Amino acid sequence: MSSVPERPRIARRGRLRYDAARETHVLLLPERVVMLSDSAAEVLGLCDGERTEADLVQELQTRYPDADLADDVHELLKEALERQWLEPPPKT
Amino acid sequence: MAGTPAQDVNGRPEVAPPFSLMVELTHRCPLHCLYCSNPLEMDRVEDELSTEDWLRVIDQAADMGVLQFHFSGGEPLLRRDFLTLLERAHERDLFTNLITSGIGLTDAVLDRLVELDLGSFQLSFQGSDEAMVEQVAGGPFWKKKMEIGRKVRDLDLSLSINTVLHRQNLHQVGDLIDLAVSLGAERLELANTQYAGWALLNRDHLLPTRAQLEEASAVVAAKRAEHGDRMEIIWVVPDYFDDFPTPCMGGWGDSLFSISPDGTIMPCLSARILPDLDLPNVRRHDLSWAWYESPAFHAFRGFDWMQEPCSSCPMRFQDHGGCRCQAMLIAGDPKATDPSCIYSPHRPEIDAAIARAEARDAPEGEAEYRVLEGPTRG
Repeated sequence: MSSVPERPRIARRGRLRYDAARETHVLLLPERVVMLSDSAAEVLGLCDGERTEADLVQELQTRYPDADLADDVHELLKEALERQWLEPPPKT
Repeated sequence: MAGTPAQDVNGRPEVAPPFSLMVELTHRCPLHCLYCSNPLEMDRVEDELSTEDWLRVIDQAADMGVLQFHFSGGEPLLRRDFLTLLERAHERDLFTNLITSGIGLTDAVLDRLVELDLGSFQLSFQGSDEAMVEQVAGGPFWKKKMEIGRKVRDLDLSLSINTVLHRQNLHQVGDLIDLAVSLGAERLELANTQYAGWALLNRDHLLPTRAQLEEASAVVAAKRAEHGDRMEIIWVVPDYFDDFPTPCMGGWGDSLFSISPDGTIMPCLSARILPDLDLPNVRRHDLSWAWYESPAFHAFRGFDWMQEPCSSCPMRFQDHGGCRCQAMLIAGDPKATDPSCIYSPHRPEIDAAIARAEARDAPEGEAEYRVLEGPTRG
Protein backbone atom coordinates (compact mmCIF):
# COMPACT_ATOMS: atom_id res chain seq x y z
CA MET A 1 0.00 0.00 0.00
CA SER A 2 1.43 3.36 -0.97
CA SER A 3 1.88 6.11 1.61
CA VAL A 4 0.10 9.44 1.77
CA PRO A 5 1.35 11.77 -0.99
CA GLU A 6 3.47 14.72 0.08
CA ARG A 7 0.85 17.18 -1.12
CA PRO A 8 -2.48 15.35 -0.89
CA ARG A 9 -5.15 16.23 -3.41
CA ILE A 10 -8.79 15.22 -3.72
CA ALA A 11 -9.33 12.64 -6.46
CA ARG A 12 -9.60 14.44 -9.78
CA ARG A 13 -13.01 12.87 -10.30
CA GLY A 14 -14.24 13.81 -6.89
CA ARG A 15 -16.49 16.76 -6.08
CA LEU A 16 -16.77 17.93 -2.49
CA ARG A 17 -20.00 19.69 -1.64
CA TYR A 18 -22.50 20.32 1.09
CA ASP A 19 -25.72 18.35 0.77
CA ALA A 20 -28.50 20.53 2.16
CA ALA A 21 -31.13 17.77 2.01
CA ARG A 22 -29.15 15.50 4.34
CA GLU A 23 -27.37 18.32 6.18
CA THR A 24 -24.00 16.71 5.63
CA HIS A 25 -20.86 17.10 3.56
CA VAL A 26 -20.44 14.64 0.73
CA LEU A 27 -17.74 13.57 -1.67
CA LEU A 28 -19.21 12.63 -5.03
CA LEU A 29 -17.38 10.17 -7.28
CA PRO A 30 -18.51 8.17 -10.32
CA GLU A 31 -21.20 5.78 -9.03
CA ARG A 32 -20.28 6.60 -5.43
CA VAL A 33 -21.48 8.97 -2.73
CA VAL A 34 -19.36 9.32 0.40
CA MET A 35 -21.03 10.97 3.38
CA LEU A 36 -18.40 12.83 5.38
CA SER A 37 -18.26 13.98 8.96
CA ASP A 38 -17.72 17.72 9.38
CA SER A 39 -14.12 17.20 10.44
CA ALA A 40 -13.33 14.85 7.55
CA ALA A 41 -14.84 17.37 5.14
CA GLU A 42 -12.71 20.11 6.67
CA VAL A 43 -9.51 18.13 6.21
CA LEU A 44 -10.36 16.96 2.69
CA GLY A 45 -11.33 20.51 1.76
CA LEU A 46 -7.72 21.51 2.35
CA CYS A 47 -6.34 18.72 0.14
CA ASP A 48 -5.66 20.92 -2.88
CA GLY A 49 -2.38 19.44 -4.07
CA GLU A 50 -0.58 22.59 -2.88
CA ARG A 51 -0.53 22.18 0.87
CA THR A 52 1.64 19.54 2.51
CA GLU A 53 0.32 17.38 5.32
CA ALA A 54 2.21 19.62 7.76
CA ASP A 55 0.53 22.70 6.24
CA LEU A 56 -2.84 21.04 6.74
CA VAL A 57 -2.18 20.31 10.37
CA GLN A 58 -0.86 23.79 11.00
CA GLU A 59 -3.85 25.42 9.36
CA LEU A 60 -6.31 23.26 11.33
CA GLN A 61 -4.34 23.90 14.50
CA THR A 62 -4.97 27.64 14.17
CA ARG A 63 -8.71 26.88 13.98
CA TYR A 64 -8.61 24.43 16.90
CA PRO A 65 -5.67 25.54 19.06
CA ASP A 66 -6.50 23.23 21.96
CA ALA A 67 -6.63 19.96 20.02
CA ASP A 68 -3.72 17.68 19.14
CA LEU A 69 -4.54 17.00 15.50
CA ALA A 70 -1.49 15.55 13.74
CA ASP A 71 -2.27 11.85 14.34
CA ASP A 72 -5.97 12.17 13.50
CA VAL A 73 -5.21 14.02 10.28
CA HIS A 74 -2.67 11.41 9.28
CA GLU A 75 -5.08 8.55 9.94
CA LEU A 76 -7.79 10.26 7.93
CA LEU A 77 -5.46 10.89 4.97
CA LYS A 78 -4.34 7.26 5.02
CA GLU A 79 -7.93 6.08 4.95
CA ALA A 80 -8.83 8.61 2.25
CA LEU A 81 -6.00 7.32 0.08
CA GLU A 82 -6.99 3.69 0.56
CA ARG A 83 -10.59 4.48 -0.35
CA GLN A 84 -9.44 6.42 -3.44
CA TRP A 85 -10.84 9.73 -2.23
CA LEU A 86 -7.37 11.17 -2.90
CA GLU A 87 -5.31 11.14 -6.05
CA PRO A 88 -2.81 8.31 -5.78
CA PRO A 89 0.86 9.31 -5.69
CA PRO A 90 2.49 9.17 -9.14
CA LYS A 91 3.97 5.80 -10.03
CA THR A 92 7.75 5.70 -9.78
CA MET B 1 -27.99 -5.76 10.68
CA ALA B 2 -31.60 -6.89 10.82
CA GLY B 3 -33.39 -4.53 13.18
CA THR B 4 -36.94 -3.29 13.05
CA PRO B 5 -36.96 -0.74 10.25
CA ALA B 6 -38.03 2.78 11.23
CA GLN B 7 -41.64 3.53 10.31
CA ASP B 8 -43.61 6.64 9.47
CA VAL B 9 -46.97 7.64 11.01
CA ASN B 10 -48.84 5.34 8.61
CA GLY B 11 -46.78 2.37 9.69
CA ARG B 12 -44.88 2.37 6.41
CA PRO B 13 -41.09 2.10 6.33
CA GLU B 14 -39.47 5.48 6.82
CA VAL B 15 -38.02 6.74 3.56
CA ALA B 16 -34.70 8.52 3.06
CA PRO B 17 -34.08 10.85 0.11
CA PRO B 18 -32.85 9.22 -3.11
CA PHE B 19 -29.17 9.49 -4.03
CA SER B 20 -29.50 8.90 -7.70
CA LEU B 21 -31.84 9.51 -10.63
CA MET B 22 -31.51 7.90 -14.05
CA VAL B 23 -33.37 9.64 -16.85
CA GLU B 24 -34.00 8.02 -20.19
CA LEU B 25 -34.28 11.15 -22.35
CA THR B 26 -35.38 9.22 -25.41
CA HIS B 27 -35.80 5.65 -26.58
CA ARG B 28 -34.46 6.60 -30.00
CA CYS B 29 -31.10 4.96 -30.63
CA PRO B 30 -28.84 4.22 -33.59
CA LEU B 31 -28.02 0.82 -32.06
CA HIS B 32 -30.19 -2.29 -32.18
CA CYS B 33 -28.79 -4.44 -29.34
CA LEU B 34 -30.63 -7.68 -28.72
CA TYR B 35 -30.62 -7.21 -24.94
CA CYS B 36 -31.64 -3.55 -24.86
CA SER B 37 -32.94 -2.54 -21.45
CA ASN B 38 -35.60 -0.30 -22.99
CA PRO B 39 -39.10 -1.73 -22.85
CA LEU B 40 -40.45 -3.81 -25.74
CA GLU B 41 -43.01 -1.08 -26.30
CA MET B 42 -40.87 2.02 -26.45
CA ASP B 43 -41.96 5.60 -26.00
CA ARG B 44 -42.37 7.37 -29.31
CA VAL B 45 -40.78 10.70 -30.10
CA GLU B 46 -44.14 12.50 -29.97
CA ASP B 47 -44.61 11.25 -26.39
CA GLU B 48 -41.26 12.56 -25.16
CA LEU B 49 -41.16 15.22 -22.46
CA SER B 50 -40.49 18.84 -23.43
CA THR B 51 -37.35 20.74 -22.46
CA GLU B 52 -39.37 22.58 -19.82
CA ASP B 53 -40.52 19.29 -18.31
CA TRP B 54 -36.96 17.98 -18.04
CA LEU B 55 -35.67 21.25 -16.56
CA ARG B 56 -38.38 20.99 -13.90
CA VAL B 57 -37.33 17.38 -13.23
CA ILE B 58 -33.72 18.45 -12.72
CA ASP B 59 -34.73 21.21 -10.30
CA GLN B 60 -37.04 18.97 -8.31
CA ALA B 61 -34.41 16.22 -8.16
CA ALA B 62 -31.76 18.61 -6.84
CA ASP B 63 -34.22 20.07 -4.32
CA MET B 64 -35.09 16.65 -2.89
CA GLY B 65 -31.47 15.58 -2.40
CA VAL B 66 -30.56 13.67 -5.56
CA LEU B 67 -26.76 13.87 -5.90
CA GLN B 68 -26.00 11.71 -8.93
CA PHE B 69 -27.86 12.42 -12.17
CA HIS B 70 -27.54 9.91 -15.00
CA PHE B 71 -28.45 10.86 -18.57
CA SER B 72 -29.35 7.74 -20.49
CA GLY B 73 -31.62 6.55 -23.28
CA GLY B 74 -31.80 5.24 -26.01
CA GLU B 75 -29.13 7.62 -27.09
CA PRO B 76 -29.47 10.77 -24.94
CA LEU B 77 -27.42 12.81 -27.44
CA LEU B 78 -30.28 12.51 -29.93
CA ARG B 79 -32.18 15.02 -27.80
CA ARG B 80 -31.35 18.44 -29.27
CA ASP B 81 -31.73 20.01 -25.84
CA PHE B 82 -29.24 17.67 -24.18
CA LEU B 83 -26.69 20.42 -23.47
CA THR B 84 -29.39 22.70 -22.08
CA LEU B 85 -30.33 19.96 -19.63
CA LEU B 86 -26.72 19.22 -18.72
CA GLU B 87 -26.18 22.92 -18.11
CA ARG B 88 -29.06 23.01 -15.63
CA ALA B 89 -27.80 19.90 -13.85
CA HIS B 90 -24.39 21.54 -13.57
CA GLU B 91 -25.90 24.75 -12.18
CA ARG B 92 -27.69 22.64 -9.58
CA ASP B 93 -24.41 21.06 -8.48
CA LEU B 94 -25.42 17.54 -9.53
CA PHE B 95 -22.74 14.96 -10.29
CA THR B 96 -23.58 14.16 -13.89
CA ASN B 97 -23.07 10.95 -15.82
CA LEU B 98 -23.62 10.56 -19.56
CA ILE B 99 -24.38 7.02 -20.70
CA THR B 100 -23.91 6.97 -24.46
CA SER B 101 -23.13 4.90 -27.53
CA GLY B 102 -20.88 7.77 -28.65
CA ILE B 103 -22.63 7.78 -32.04
CA GLY B 104 -23.42 11.31 -33.19
CA LEU B 105 -21.11 13.00 -30.71
CA THR B 106 -19.29 16.03 -32.18
CA ASP B 107 -16.12 17.81 -31.02
CA ALA B 108 -18.17 20.89 -30.12
CA VAL B 109 -20.39 18.86 -27.79
CA LEU B 110 -17.36 17.13 -26.28
CA ASP B 111 -15.84 20.52 -25.44
CA ARG B 112 -19.08 21.57 -23.76
CA LEU B 113 -19.07 18.40 -21.66
CA VAL B 114 -15.73 19.52 -20.25
CA GLU B 115 -16.93 23.08 -19.66
CA LEU B 116 -20.05 21.81 -17.91
CA ASP B 117 -17.92 19.66 -15.63
CA LEU B 118 -19.42 16.32 -16.68
CA GLY B 119 -18.68 13.92 -13.81
CA SER B 120 -18.46 10.71 -15.78
CA PHE B 121 -18.57 9.68 -19.43
CA GLN B 122 -19.89 6.16 -19.84
CA LEU B 123 -19.24 4.70 -23.27
CA SER B 124 -20.75 1.41 -24.39
CA PHE B 125 -18.80 -1.25 -26.23
CA GLN B 126 -20.74 -4.29 -27.42
CA GLY B 127 -17.54 -6.28 -27.93
CA SER B 128 -13.78 -5.95 -28.12
CA ASP B 129 -13.50 -5.78 -31.91
CA GLU B 130 -15.20 -4.39 -35.00
CA ALA B 131 -16.97 -7.60 -35.99
CA MET B 132 -18.50 -8.21 -32.55
CA VAL B 133 -19.72 -4.63 -32.16
CA GLU B 134 -21.43 -4.89 -35.54
CA GLN B 135 -22.88 -8.31 -34.78
CA VAL B 136 -24.39 -7.23 -31.45
CA ALA B 137 -25.31 -3.58 -32.11
CA GLY B 138 -26.48 -4.17 -35.66
CA GLY B 139 -24.31 -1.59 -37.44
CA PRO B 140 -20.77 -0.34 -38.21
CA PHE B 141 -20.14 1.55 -34.98
CA TRP B 142 -16.67 0.36 -33.91
CA LYS B 143 -14.49 3.06 -35.47
CA LYS B 144 -16.60 5.91 -34.12
CA LYS B 145 -16.58 4.41 -30.63
CA MET B 146 -12.81 4.07 -30.64
CA GLU B 147 -12.45 7.64 -31.88
CA ILE B 148 -14.73 8.93 -29.11
CA GLY B 149 -12.96 6.87 -26.46
CA ARG B 150 -9.60 8.39 -27.42
CA LYS B 151 -10.99 11.92 -27.50
CA VAL B 152 -12.59 11.54 -24.10
CA ARG B 153 -9.26 10.35 -22.74
CA ASP B 154 -7.40 13.26 -24.34
CA LEU B 155 -9.88 15.73 -22.84
CA ASP B 156 -9.20 14.16 -19.43
CA LEU B 157 -12.86 13.39 -18.80
CA SER B 158 -13.53 10.49 -16.46
CA LEU B 159 -14.17 7.53 -18.74
CA SER B 160 -16.21 4.44 -17.88
CA ILE B 161 -16.63 1.65 -20.39
CA ASN B 162 -19.65 -0.60 -20.14
CA THR B 163 -20.25 -3.86 -21.90
CA VAL B 164 -23.24 -6.13 -21.62
CA LEU B 165 -22.00 -9.72 -21.66
CA HIS B 166 -23.68 -12.81 -23.07
CA ARG B 167 -23.05 -16.03 -24.93
CA GLN B 168 -21.70 -14.29 -28.03
CA ASN B 169 -19.09 -12.01 -26.47
CA LEU B 170 -18.28 -13.52 -23.08
CA HIS B 171 -15.03 -15.00 -24.40
CA GLN B 172 -13.86 -11.42 -25.06
CA VAL B 173 -13.69 -10.25 -21.42
CA GLY B 174 -9.89 -10.33 -21.39
CA ASP B 175 -9.69 -8.28 -24.58
CA LEU B 176 -12.36 -5.91 -23.24
CA ILE B 177 -10.31 -5.27 -20.13
CA ASP B 178 -7.21 -4.60 -22.27
CA LEU B 179 -9.27 -2.28 -24.48
CA ALA B 180 -10.52 -0.32 -21.46
CA VAL B 181 -6.97 -0.03 -20.09
CA SER B 182 -5.68 1.19 -23.46
CA LEU B 183 -8.38 3.89 -23.53
CA GLY B 184 -7.42 5.01 -20.03
CA ALA B 185 -10.81 4.12 -18.55
CA GLU B 186 -11.18 4.47 -14.81
CA ARG B 187 -14.06 2.04 -14.58
CA LEU B 188 -15.12 -0.96 -16.58
CA GLU B 189 -18.58 -2.33 -16.06
CA LEU B 190 -18.78 -5.92 -17.23
CA ALA B 191 -22.52 -6.39 -16.89
CA ASN B 192 -23.91 -9.84 -17.47
CA THR B 193 -27.25 -9.66 -19.26
CA GLN B 194 -30.36 -9.36 -17.10
CA TYR B 195 -33.17 -11.31 -18.68
CA ALA B 196 -36.10 -8.94 -18.92
CA GLY B 197 -37.61 -7.23 -21.97
CA TRP B 198 -35.56 -7.66 -25.13
CA ALA B 199 -33.04 -9.90 -23.40
CA LEU B 200 -35.76 -12.32 -22.27
CA LEU B 201 -37.17 -12.36 -25.79
CA ASN B 202 -33.71 -13.25 -27.09
CA ARG B 203 -32.63 -15.35 -24.11
CA ASP B 204 -31.70 -18.43 -26.13
CA HIS B 205 -29.35 -16.28 -28.20
CA LEU B 206 -27.77 -14.69 -25.14
CA LEU B 207 -27.60 -17.11 -22.22
CA PRO B 208 -24.06 -18.50 -21.84
CA THR B 209 -23.04 -21.92 -20.58
CA ARG B 210 -21.73 -22.38 -17.06
CA ALA B 211 -18.28 -23.29 -18.45
CA GLN B 212 -18.16 -20.05 -20.47
CA LEU B 213 -19.04 -18.08 -17.38
CA GLU B 214 -16.46 -19.78 -15.17
CA GLU B 215 -13.74 -19.21 -17.76
CA ALA B 216 -14.65 -15.51 -17.99
CA SER B 217 -14.70 -15.25 -14.21
CA ALA B 218 -11.14 -16.60 -13.99
CA VAL B 219 -9.93 -14.17 -16.66
CA VAL B 220 -11.50 -11.25 -14.79
CA ALA B 221 -9.84 -12.32 -11.54
CA ALA B 222 -6.40 -12.51 -13.19
CA LYS B 223 -6.80 -9.18 -14.98
CA ARG B 224 -8.06 -7.53 -11.81
CA ALA B 225 -4.86 -8.49 -10.05
CA GLU B 226 -2.93 -6.87 -12.91
CA HIS B 227 -4.96 -3.67 -13.45
CA GLY B 228 -7.09 -3.30 -10.32
CA ASP B 229 -5.07 -0.43 -8.89
CA ARG B 230 -5.61 1.73 -11.99
CA MET B 231 -9.06 0.70 -13.10
CA GLU B 232 -12.12 -0.43 -11.20
CA ILE B 233 -13.51 -3.58 -12.80
CA ILE B 234 -17.13 -4.34 -11.97
CA TRP B 235 -18.10 -7.96 -12.45
CA VAL B 236 -21.01 -9.66 -10.74
CA VAL B 237 -21.90 -13.31 -11.23
CA PRO B 238 -25.29 -13.26 -12.96
CA ASP B 239 -28.26 -14.36 -10.87
CA TYR B 240 -29.12 -17.27 -13.18
CA PHE B 241 -25.83 -18.89 -12.21
CA ASP B 242 -25.95 -18.03 -8.54
CA ASP B 243 -28.02 -19.45 -5.68
CA PHE B 244 -29.55 -16.18 -4.60
CA PRO B 245 -30.90 -13.19 -6.50
CA THR B 246 -29.12 -9.86 -6.74
CA PRO B 247 -30.51 -6.99 -4.63
CA CYS B 248 -32.28 -5.34 -7.55
CA MET B 249 -31.87 -1.52 -7.42
CA GLY B 250 -30.59 -1.99 -3.84
CA GLY B 251 -34.23 -2.39 -2.84
CA TRP B 252 -37.41 -0.92 -4.32
CA GLY B 253 -37.55 2.85 -3.83
CA ASP B 254 -34.56 2.69 -1.51
CA SER B 255 -31.94 5.00 -3.03
CA LEU B 256 -32.36 5.12 -6.83
CA PHE B 257 -35.13 5.76 -9.31
CA SER B 258 -35.66 6.52 -12.96
CA ILE B 259 -37.82 8.38 -15.45
CA SER B 260 -38.79 7.23 -18.94
CA PRO B 261 -38.90 9.47 -22.04
CA ASP B 262 -42.65 10.05 -21.59
CA GLY B 263 -42.20 11.14 -17.97
CA THR B 264 -43.19 7.95 -16.15
CA ILE B 265 -41.49 7.92 -12.74
CA MET B 266 -40.32 4.40 -11.90
CA PRO B 267 -38.51 2.59 -9.09
CA CYS B 268 -36.67 0.62 -11.82
CA LEU B 269 -36.31 0.87 -15.59
CA SER B 270 -38.64 -2.00 -16.39
CA ALA B 271 -41.29 -1.34 -13.72
CA ARG B 272 -43.91 -0.66 -16.38
CA ILE B 273 -44.31 -4.40 -17.00
CA LEU B 274 -45.68 -4.84 -13.46
CA PRO B 275 -49.49 -4.92 -13.25
CA ASP B 276 -51.66 -2.44 -11.34
CA LEU B 277 -48.80 -0.16 -10.29
CA ASP B 278 -50.30 3.18 -11.34
CA LEU B 279 -46.90 4.78 -11.81
CA PRO B 280 -46.67 8.56 -11.31
CA ASN B 281 -45.70 10.87 -14.18
CA VAL B 282 -43.76 14.14 -14.08
CA ARG B 283 -46.44 15.80 -16.20
CA ARG B 284 -48.88 15.38 -13.32
CA HIS B 285 -46.84 14.67 -10.20
CA ASP B 286 -44.03 16.21 -8.25
CA LEU B 287 -40.90 14.02 -7.94
CA SER B 288 -40.95 14.34 -4.20
CA TRP B 289 -44.56 13.12 -4.00
CA ALA B 290 -43.70 10.21 -6.28
CA TRP B 291 -40.79 9.16 -4.07
CA TYR B 292 -42.34 9.63 -0.64
CA GLU B 293 -46.07 9.26 -1.16
CA SER B 294 -47.05 7.46 -4.35
CA PRO B 295 -48.54 3.98 -3.86
CA ALA B 296 -46.29 2.63 -6.64
CA PHE B 297 -43.12 3.51 -4.76
CA HIS B 298 -44.50 1.94 -1.58
CA ALA B 299 -45.67 -1.25 -3.34
CA PHE B 300 -42.48 -3.26 -2.70
CA ARG B 301 -40.66 -1.02 -0.28
CA GLY B 302 -39.28 -2.59 2.87
CA PHE B 303 -40.25 -6.17 3.72
CA ASP B 304 -43.95 -6.27 4.65
CA TRP B 305 -45.16 -6.96 1.09
CA MET B 306 -43.24 -10.23 0.89
CA GLN B 307 -44.63 -13.74 0.68
CA GLU B 308 -43.04 -17.00 1.77
CA PRO B 309 -40.34 -18.14 1.37
CA CYS B 310 -39.02 -14.53 1.41
CA SER B 311 -40.98 -13.18 4.36
CA SER B 312 -39.23 -15.36 6.93
CA CYS B 313 -35.89 -15.69 5.13
CA PRO B 314 -32.84 -14.07 6.73
CA MET B 315 -31.49 -13.32 3.24
CA ARG B 316 -34.30 -10.81 2.62
CA PHE B 317 -32.32 -8.04 4.30
CA GLN B 318 -29.56 -8.52 1.73
CA ASP B 319 -31.35 -9.34 -1.51
CA HIS B 320 -34.74 -7.67 -0.86
CA GLY B 321 -36.39 -10.66 -2.53
CA GLY B 322 -34.56 -9.95 -5.80
CA CYS B 323 -36.06 -8.47 -8.94
CA ARG B 324 -39.82 -7.77 -9.06
CA CYS B 325 -39.82 -7.79 -12.85
CA GLN B 326 -38.16 -11.21 -13.01
CA ALA B 327 -40.75 -12.47 -10.50
CA MET B 328 -43.52 -11.17 -12.77
CA LEU B 329 -42.00 -12.44 -16.01
CA ILE B 330 -41.25 -15.97 -14.83
CA ALA B 331 -43.46 -16.63 -11.80
CA GLY B 332 -46.33 -14.46 -13.05
CA ASP B 333 -46.57 -12.70 -9.68
CA PRO B 334 -44.72 -9.49 -8.83
CA LYS B 335 -44.71 -10.40 -5.12
CA ALA B 336 -43.17 -13.83 -5.68
CA THR B 337 -39.64 -14.74 -4.71
CA ASP B 338 -37.28 -13.94 -7.57
CA PRO B 339 -37.17 -17.24 -9.55
CA SER B 340 -33.37 -17.14 -9.64
CA CYS B 341 -33.44 -17.97 -5.90
CA ILE B 342 -32.87 -21.64 -5.04
CA TYR B 343 -35.84 -21.43 -2.64
CA SER B 344 -38.21 -20.33 -5.41
CA PRO B 345 -40.55 -23.03 -6.70
CA HIS B 346 -39.90 -21.55 -10.16
CA ARG B 347 -36.12 -22.06 -10.05
CA PRO B 348 -36.42 -25.17 -12.31
CA GLU B 349 -37.50 -22.86 -15.15
CA ILE B 350 -34.21 -20.97 -14.83
CA ASP B 351 -32.27 -24.23 -14.71
CA ALA B 352 -34.11 -25.45 -17.80
CA ALA B 353 -33.05 -22.33 -19.71
CA ILE B 354 -29.44 -22.96 -18.67
CA ALA B 355 -29.75 -26.63 -19.67
CA ARG B 356 -30.96 -25.54 -23.12
CA ALA B 357 -27.95 -23.23 -23.40
CA GLU B 358 -25.64 -26.10 -22.42
CA ALA B 359 -27.22 -28.54 -24.85
CA ARG B 360 -26.59 -26.91 -28.20
CA ASP B 361 -24.20 -24.73 -30.09
CA ALA B 362 -26.61 -22.46 -31.89
CA PRO B 363 -30.10 -21.42 -30.82
CA GLU B 364 -33.08 -22.03 -33.04
CA GLY B 365 -34.92 -19.14 -34.60
CA GLU B 366 -33.89 -15.61 -35.41
CA ALA B 367 -32.81 -13.07 -32.83
CA GLU B 368 -35.00 -9.97 -32.60
CA TYR B 369 -32.96 -6.79 -32.87
CA ARG B 370 -34.51 -3.84 -31.09
CA VAL B 371 -36.29 -1.32 -33.25
CA LEU B 372 -38.36 1.61 -32.09
CA GLU B 373 -41.54 0.14 -33.60
CA GLY B 374 -41.30 -2.83 -31.27
CA PRO B 375 -40.96 -6.49 -32.12
CA THR B 376 -43.16 -8.11 -34.72
CA ARG B 377 -45.19 -10.62 -32.83
CA GLY B 378 -48.60 -12.17 -33.34
